[in-house]
Amino acid sequence: MTVRVGVVVFPGSNCDRDTIHALTLAGADPVELWHEQASLDGAAAIVLPGGFAYGDYLRAGVIARFSPVMRAVAAFATAGGLVLGICNGFQVLAESGLVPGALLRNRNLRFVCRQVAIRPERLDSPFTRALPERATLRMPVAHGEGCYYADEATLDALEREGQVLFRYVGADGAIASPDAPANPNGSLRGIAGVANAAGNVAGLMPHPERAAEAILGSDDGMWLIRSLVESAAERARAGGGMVGSPR
Amino acid sequence: MTVPSVSGAPIVPAEPLHRRLGLTDSELEAIHERLDREPNGLELAMFSVMWSEHCSYKSSKPLLATLPTTGEGVVAGPGENAGVISIGDGLAVAFKIESHNHPSAIEPYQGAATGVGGILRDIFTMGARPIAVLDALRFGDPGDPRTRHLVDGVVRGVGGYGNCVGVPTVGGELVFDPSYQGNPLVNVMAIGLLEERRLTRAQAPGPGNLVVLFGSTTGRDGIGGASVLASATFTDTDPSKRPSVQVGDPFAEKLLIEASLELIERGLVEGLQDLGAGGITCGTSETADRAGTGMCIDLDAIPRREPGMAPFEVMISESQERMVAIVVPERYEAVRAVCERWGLPASIIGRVTADGDLVVVEGGLPADGHPVPGVREIARIPAAALTSDAIVHQRLATPPPRRGDATTVVGEGVGGLPERGMDPGAVLLALLGSANLSSRRWVTSQYDQDVQVNTVAGPGRGAAVLRVKGTAKALVATTDGVEGVGALDPYLGAAMSVAEATRNVSITGARPLGVTNCLNFGDPTRPEAFWQLSEAVRGLGDACQTLGVPVTGGNVSLYNESPAGAIAPTPEIGVVGLLDDIALLVGPAFVADGDRVLLVGEAGAGLAGSAYASLAGIAAGDRPPALDLQRERALQAFVREAIARALVASAQDVAGGGLAVALAEAALWSGLGARLRLGVPASPAVELFGESPSRLVLTCRPRQAPALELLARQFGLPVEALGSVGGDRLVIELKGQGATGAAEERGSRVADALDMAVGDLLHAWEHGLPRALGQEG
Repeated sequence: MTVRVGVVVFPGSNCDRDTIHALTLAGADPVELWHEQASLDGAAAIVLPGGFAYGDYLRAGVIARFSPVMRAVAAFATAGGLVLGICNGFQVLAESGLVPGALLRNRNLRFVCRQVAIRPERLDSPFTRALPERATLRMPVAHGEGCYYADEATLDALEREGQVLFRYVGADGAIASPDAPANPNGSLRGIAGVANAAGNVAGLMPHPERAAEAILGSDDGMWLIRSLVESAAERARAGGGMVGSPR
Repeated sequence: MTVPSVSGAPIVPAEPLHRRLGLTDSELEAIHERLDREPNGLELAMFSVMWSEHCSYKSSKPLLATLPTTGEGVVAGPGENAGVISIGDGLAVAFKIESHNHPSAIEPYQGAATGVGGILRDIFTMGARPIAVLDALRFGDPGDPRTRHLVDGVVRGVGGYGNCVGVPTVGGELVFDPSYQGNPLVNVMAIGLLEERRLTRAQAPGPGNLVVLFGSTTGRDGIGGASVLASATFTDTDPSKRPSVQVGDPFAEKLLIEASLELIERGLVEGLQDLGAGGITCGTSETADRAGTGMCIDLDAIPRREPGMAPFEVMISESQERMVAIVVPERYEAVRAVCERWGLPASIIGRVTADGDLVVVEGGLPADGHPVPGVREIARIPAAALTSDAIVHQRLATPPPRRGDATTVVGEGVGGLPERGMDPGAVLLALLGSANLSSRRWVTSQYDQDVQVNTVAGPGRGAAVLRVKGTAKALVATTDGVEGVGALDPYLGAAMSVAEATRNVSITGARPLGVTNCLNFGDPTRPEAFWQLSEAVRGLGDACQTLGVPVTGGNVSLYNESPAGAIAPTPEIGVVGLLDDIALLVGPAFVADGDRVLLVGEAGAGLAGSAYASLAGIAAGDRPPALDLQRERALQAFVREAIARALVASAQDVAGGGLAVALAEAALWSGLGARLRLGVPASPAVELFGESPSRLVLTCRPRQAPALELLARQFGLPVEALGSVGGDRLVIELKGQGATGAAEERGSRVADALDMAVGDLLHAWEHGLPRALGQEG
């Protein structure tokens, strides 16, 4: 039995196939969910992939939230379903209010594509459970609007409630402040990924699916993908009816 | 003829229409011959774009016909939208390079963006999914504010488009040279992967089939892009030409890619053509002519972006992100449904006919040859007259008066770095930190390099390497153009460009499959510029012939001149290679302490055209180094064989900046130093910084060194053991007649060795480009 994971495809998504590739390597049964469909086809977890949904016109992620599939994803999230947004997917989640904060234009106002180091802030979330202790993960970022922003009170609350999932760190393992070279976009408090209060919805700017095979320079991202697949499988077993048959 | 007006001032009659459209009087004559009558205004406009240099290759066609175009695995060659070569496992690779120089000079963001869009369409039109882009850029002085504006706009444009459509930018070049001050070069290469059975041709077979236009609507943008912009010398900042620059929409392109590939995958189209230069006129006449058919186009059926467009505007508009599909009538519904799913409007705009004419009507399509009442024919031109039977010019080629003499000669010692008495360490630092040889990361980090998860080696360290999912194979790609030598000797420059590009592929272990070329030259009606072009094509042909790589396509960009003069002749060469087993891949950086360092090949005299010469100045009468194509062939065969036998740890090409820069890069990319001794028979500058081709720096495990040296000798190649990898400094001791002489002259032994911390080399290399562009202090 392989667990079914839905990958949403918006017009302009461009990491959907990469995400499906990584999920397949992790032993999941990924299915494409077209933006116009209102059903999630029984998926046990949903991934919103990277790209430029609807061209990112107006503002990254802002149009996607009004699509039929996002209404279904929001309902699924509210009911406790697992949702992971990567890069543009994170932007869509933030615009939809499913995770706190906003992604602003990168501090230097340029698109940035490079390897970063991120540190998980907790290992007991559905998205980080397979990670080794005290790991620093190397994976690429590629975005123009990835500067994580929230007001000070929200940031304090996120830290207090354990909703910060990943931070950019320097070579010495220290948190990369907004102006540090190790912080690719100026994110406040070095935040690279956050979860909602219930912990079932998470978003991050780095691309774990691009770091899922050693030949591509890093397979650290596979820990995240595997965490998601394990968590989804566990929920599918508990909930039933959300497991696809092997293909 | 002038006639006095009432006021007494002479009235100059308006230029005749054909001249305003960029056609010469003799070309108008040739149109008369083909039509056997006067063309009307619409027909003249259609001829003007199709007979532009950009679409017709009217000056270069006779030269290009001399190039070798066939070879193992070539499935599609020149004349198609892109070259296609089989790579086994039922797969094939499609690739092509194209220029967008003049649009980028006028509007750098859109010019570069639509350059990317156009070449991607050439790839997916063949049924291939675009998997990579490489961009070869050339600009003037990096300190000049206008250059900085152009660099910023072009880089944002390449990134803005490529990042959005989800095709990684994995390589390319960025070169600064004064000759590009008024006329930058933006050459973009794209690579696609396809199942060979899905190969789709840009043709319109089957009279009665429907001509379906899908994608964006047609507007007034890009009117005369091919004729006004791409095929004429221009003054650099003329804002009146901005309307001729197309405007790109990468989101629409992304939808177009997915819809087109789905149409091909499901077997719904008989032929597919993108609309680029020449717009609908080009897309319809070329597909009809290739299939030996004709076409009837209903102007009224073409969806417009704005009202009041004249017929000629509709027919030659270069509005972006549009495709023409040839569809069997029964499949139209399915085609429309696919387009609709991707949010793309689709319209039947015409039918394929049997008579060989491209006919434009207003008021409806004549069904089965029977005209509908009210239908008005507004143009009728044999499709061949616009394409395969377009005019060809035999241009005059005259070498410049002092052929071969270095035109950039400056006195010895300029810049304080004369040939003798120099401090080689200081020269190396200056070269590594120079605008042309320093890290390109400031640019490449603005491009998505990793999307599609195939990028094993991205931009910045030699050729790009892309794994082929589902196989053990990898594709290796590079672009190279040796403009410094091309300015002195266009034949040699072109041959060296091919040698360098194929060498960069071979040193990974891959076999070069084919060459695509973008020939950037000046005004072909100037005999000296045409001589440069013909010499370069000769060099290109000789090199490809000897090295055994076919030319599968490319693009010619002429009229690259500004009031400041013509560009250095720049044949930009793109090569794609195949590595059968990615486990054998070898990179350019040092690998391990203790590895032996070998130099294969030998330096010849000649510093002209080198990075050292532009930094230090060269002696009057100096020549560029020579190229022996047979030696090059042997060198590449040797390194591929050595890698296949797993004898090589790292392989680095000696190119810009010479051996010293090659060694420094191998060191700073790995963080490993080396302790080396280099024989200097005559000139330390030639040995350390000369750019003689056909040389490699190889490293290997100590026990493999004898076998590697033996293999080199079996291939007839000189090989010199330089020393070992290790430590955190790059130390090169100079020995021999040349080194000793230099030391005696200075009365010091200091400069007989180059001794630099790898960290210092890295620092110079990393900060050179942003400093040159004023991005950091």
